[in-house]
Amino acid sequence: MSNTEMRYVAAITQALRDSMRQDDAVIVMGEDVAHAGGSFKATRGLLEDFGPGRVMDTPISEASIVSAAVGAALTGLRPVVEIMFMDFITLSMDALVNQAAKAHYMFGGQGSVPMVLRTPHGGGLSAGPQHSQCLEAWLAHVPGLKVVCPSNPQDAYSLLRAAIADPDPVVFIEHKAMYARKGQVDATQTAQIGQARVARAGRDVTLVSYGATVQTCLEAAESLAGENVQAEVVDLRSIQPWDKTTVLESLSRTHRAVIVHEAVQAFGVGAEIAATLADEGFDELDAPIARVAAPFMPAPFASSLEQGYAVTAQRVIDTVRAVLA
Amino acid sequence: MTTKPASKPTARAAAKTTSKPVAETGPGQSTERLSALYRTMSLIRQVEQTLSQLFANNEVPGFIHLSIGQEAVAAGVAIALLPQDTLATTHRGHGHVLARGMAITGFIKEIMGREGGLCKGRGGSMHVADLSLGILGANGIVGAGIPIALGSAMAHQTRQTGGIAVSFFGDGAMAEGVLHETLNMAALWKCPLLLVCENNGWSEFSPTERQFAASLQGLAAAFGISYAKVDGNDALAVADAAAAASTQLRAGCGPFVLECTTHRVRGHFEGDAQKYRDTDELASIHEYDPLSAARSRLLRSGIDTEAIDHEIAALIEAAVQAARSDVLPAFEPALRDVYTSPTQETRA
Repeated sequence: MSNTEMRYVAAITQALRDSMRQDDAVIVMGEDVAHAGGSFKATRGLLEDFGPGRVMDTPISEASIVSAAVGAALTGLRPVVEIMFMDFITLSMDALVNQAAKAHYMFGGQGSVPMVLRTPHGGGLSAGPQHSQCLEAWLAHVPGLKVVCPSNPQDAYSLLRAAIADPDPVVFIEHKAMYARKGQVDATQTAQIGQARVARAGRDVTLVSYGATVQTCLEAAESLAGENVQAEVVDLRSIQPWDKTTVLESLSRTHRAVIVHEAVQAFGVGAEIAATLADEGFDELDAPIARVAAPFMPAPFASSLEQGYAVTAQRVIDTVRAVLA
Repeated sequence: MTTKPASKPTARAAAKTTSKPVAETGPGQSTERLSALYRTMSLIRQVEQTLSQLFANNEVPGFIHLSIGQEAVAAGVAIALLPQDTLATTHRGHGHVLARGMAITGFIKEIMGREGGLCKGRGGSMHVADLSLGILGANGIVGAGIPIALGSAMAHQTRQTGGIAVSFFGDGAMAEGVLHETLNMAALWKCPLLLVCENNGWSEFSPTERQFAASLQGLAAAFGISYAKVDGNDALAVADAAAAASTQLRAGCGPFVLECTTHRVRGHFEGDAQKYRDTDELASIHEYDPLSAARSRLLRSGIDTEAIDHEIAALIEAAVQAARSDVLPAFEPALRDVYTSPTQETRA
């Protein structure tokens, strides 16, 4: 199949549609996903294509709809449940942490919970403290959950197909500010959960990121190239499991690492990566590992506050310069 | 059940209800059914008495919550189920899984934390499951099985299995939000979900009358859900009520709430001295014993319940011996089995 240009959100819809066509067990459920086509229109048209038995509007009951997905997954379905904003997973945590994540292990490997929870994280839209958070570190901390976060339409498509086909519970994190971004999508291209991608090759410093800040890193790398600094950008694509091998290989070429994410820096995904690089990549390091991430404060509302909070290409550039100094 | 605020906590009111079973069976069939129910109840009772002893003897790790006194609910509901049905239960779920047919040896090995346990010694009492029997797990989180059963019921509906899902929960779970959310969704979508409340009057260490302002009947009515209340100490009455509910559920009439009033003889957990309970209540609690009631009726019909008890005791004894001689689970296989299909060794 040839490449088609589509928006990130359309790639998600396409992945849902293709998975549903391929497997009758795949159902989509969530608040306003059917008749309204989703708050961000990621499920637009699915009700018309597959009917109300497989595309279900749920009440605003985040705890029970995720738990219901667990029960449905244990009874032969492959539910894809949408939680409108990642901030709302606070209400679904028992279902994710105590139920979905543990069933396979806790039941002695008898079965699995093949469900996907799709949810958008991230700020930049003045959505404020309860509609902007990046909470992926919480989930990556829980044995039994997989956590993926695509940075472009192709990965949004391929990783969602992989997540739906996966026998384990996968949290699929989208970014609100990326939904409108366009890119080429080849529906025949597959992705493996846990495999990173070198988004840009370079020899001087490794920028490790995932989701929307991969683009921030690419912009920073482009700018740094003008200063004769060649930054390599590794797009993790998957946070749990994360591709330690690819990151360590990159470090062995560049000997410097900067980890970039939109989530709060303290106790974040970057802390785990930095600790692993310090441990297993210690001999390769020519400089301390640096992180560029959000400060330790709630995501703000006013645009001036958001600007101060945001991870920008300039902050990445400044950090790279410091690491290279 | 109507309860008034009492100065001294009591759950006595829970047993004062009478049921109106749908009696469609003749005397012979009734005896045969009661005999089958008794066999299940005797199994549950003897297994839990054995577990109590094993626990006191430090042979059961962790903590266990016994359902002694509540066996009629498990037996009565299980007899109404078909092979394709599913159930989710609670921390006090031994009876439900045994009534559903869980292998005794695999069950006891699991509770004793052995390699040969149904869950390889990874779950224990509060997380025991057998997916091949549609048992989606006991649950360590109060109320958590309720929306899981809802999802299972949705799957029965979508996949047109002809099955129903059963959620067993205690009266303590009436205060959990997921019950209210589940009632709403089950009613909206007419899910084949049987919600069985074992109302033993106690929410852990507190009388439920101090924990829940409404009634389950009122809650069901608020969502337009069919409701029945039955004497949960009368196995035949529970079986009749569950059979009637099951017929209605399979006909596509939507969810059904079955409240079974019963008694918790033991503490919230084994080792709980129950100092918060009225001594009179505990002294007379055996008047409501579901096994005694069934035994009297069976003896009158010439059924030798002692023979049933002995037969079951032998099975349990063999299972305990098998568990004692089984090995403890090895660490490495458990470490490698967190995911169904690990994709990378890079998982930290």
